[in-house]
Amino acid sequence: MRSRFQQGLDELKEKLLRMGGLAEQAIDRATEAYRTRDSKFCQLVLTGESAINEAEREIDELALDLLAMQQPMAIDLRFILAVLKINADLERVGDQAVNIAQRVLDLISEVEIELPVDIPRMADAVTTMVQRALESFLDGKAEVAEAVLQMDGIVDRMKDEAFVVLVQKMHDNPKTVRQALDVLLIARNLERIADHATNIAEDVIFWVRGADVRHGGAHYRE
Amino acid sequence: MGVGIEVRGLNAWYGKNQALNEIDMKVPANHVTAVIGPSGCGKSTFIRCLNRMHETIPDARAEGDVKVGEMDVYGDGSDPVEVRRRIGMVFQKPNPFPTMSIYGNVAAGLKLNGFSNRKQMDELVERSLKLAALWDEVKDNLHKKSGASLSGGQQQRLCIARALAVEPEVLLMDEPASALDPISTSKIEELIFQLKQHYTVVIVTHNMQQAARVAELTGFFLMGSLIEYDKTEKIFTNPADKRTEDYVTGRFG
Repeated sequence: MRSRFQQGLDELKEKLLRMGGLAEQAIDRATEAYRTRDSKFCQLVLTGESAINEAEREIDELALDLLAMQQPMAIDLRFILAVLKINADLERVGDQAVNIAQRVLDLISEVEIELPVDIPRMADAVTTMVQRALESFLDGKAEVAEAVLQMDGIVDRMKDEAFVVLVQKMHDNPKTVRQALDVLLIARNLERIADHATNIAEDVIFWVRGADVRHGGAHYRE
Repeated sequence: MGVGIEVRGLNAWYGKNQALNEIDMKVPANHVTAVIGPSGCGKSTFIRCLNRMHETIPDARAEGDVKVGEMDVYGDGSDPVEVRRRIGMVFQKPNPFPTMSIYGNVAAGLKLNGFSNRKQMDELVERSLKLAALWDEVKDNLHKKSGASLSGGQQQRLCIARALAVEPEVLLMDEPASALDPISTSKIEELIFQLKQHYTVVIVTHNMQQAARVAELTGFFLMGSLIEYDKTEKIFTNPADKRTEDYVTGRFG
């Protein structure tokens, strides 16, 4: 029989994974909105945000209860701290998806112009990072989390490239400024989601190994 | 001031049953060190070996090196009475002498050690009660009230004052707060924290949160062996040994 505490930890994990699913869905819908220029997907992202916010509140509450009632130690304590931080990151992922949806609404209010940036490809890379970060959390696999950390640089480069070509485009043709700026902001939102996925992966490594790998290198408590 | 303790190859038995296996441990001076582990793991036996209380039990014996400062606890010519004066002990249940006054309780150890100068004794009793954070609560009734008339928490602080009166260098505490309510417990914990300025403290506790709150170093015992000994933060956040982790997370013990 599982102890009450173990049940609480399992429930926390389940809730966080469900929230991760909502965050992933928000990225998918925002990307689909961009791809199809269909405002219906934007609306889905905007209305879906409240479910993510509600999930964040529930997870914080359960984590607080477990900390107060069970006074967890060692790997259990690290797990709950990791959940609290991942929770905040997932909520921010939801916010970034909302930002993308708002930019897409602005984009589709104008006649479509050709912009030399592959946002769907960047969104695929970002989605993979979030999926793999959540997978590493599901299975407690630090090596999967490490692979996520390696991917962050790729997304950073994609964003930097997008900045260069979009700024050039705006310079060459001022009529494109409004839409190019929207796309540039979307690229930045995606890059921020990748940063949140990186944070999640770092938190998983902290939970599993007790190592702080933020800001480069592995710091183990002396 | 407190002194460091160095234990090497310590073994202890109850009759034929070995209770401690080759314990090596260095306890730094003026620190609080906690000893944790499940019931029967040898943690109380360990601290009772430090001041030769273990051998007071019939059939019990200990072997190995225990150095407390420069004193060789198990060396030739070592005097158990002197060892216990320099290494005081406080037990789980407060055990004041029930018929003696508060003053009498604190002075008892001094008298047993042949101390007779009344003025100096008054000073030592006051100092000890102040160190035990009890003076303000009892100073007006030192001779009128008996030790047994105090609350449980006050009785335990009285026992600490009694142990401190003979000016030990090390204070051993065997679950000193396990019989106390949370308010008294927090007073004892605060006191332990203050006492390390003057003494080296080794505390046995079943309460891991208590170890986490008061101790700078923690040793985990299991089946008579010292499994892991490290900074308290490390033991409770990221222990190196799986058995320690299983114990501190409540997966066994």
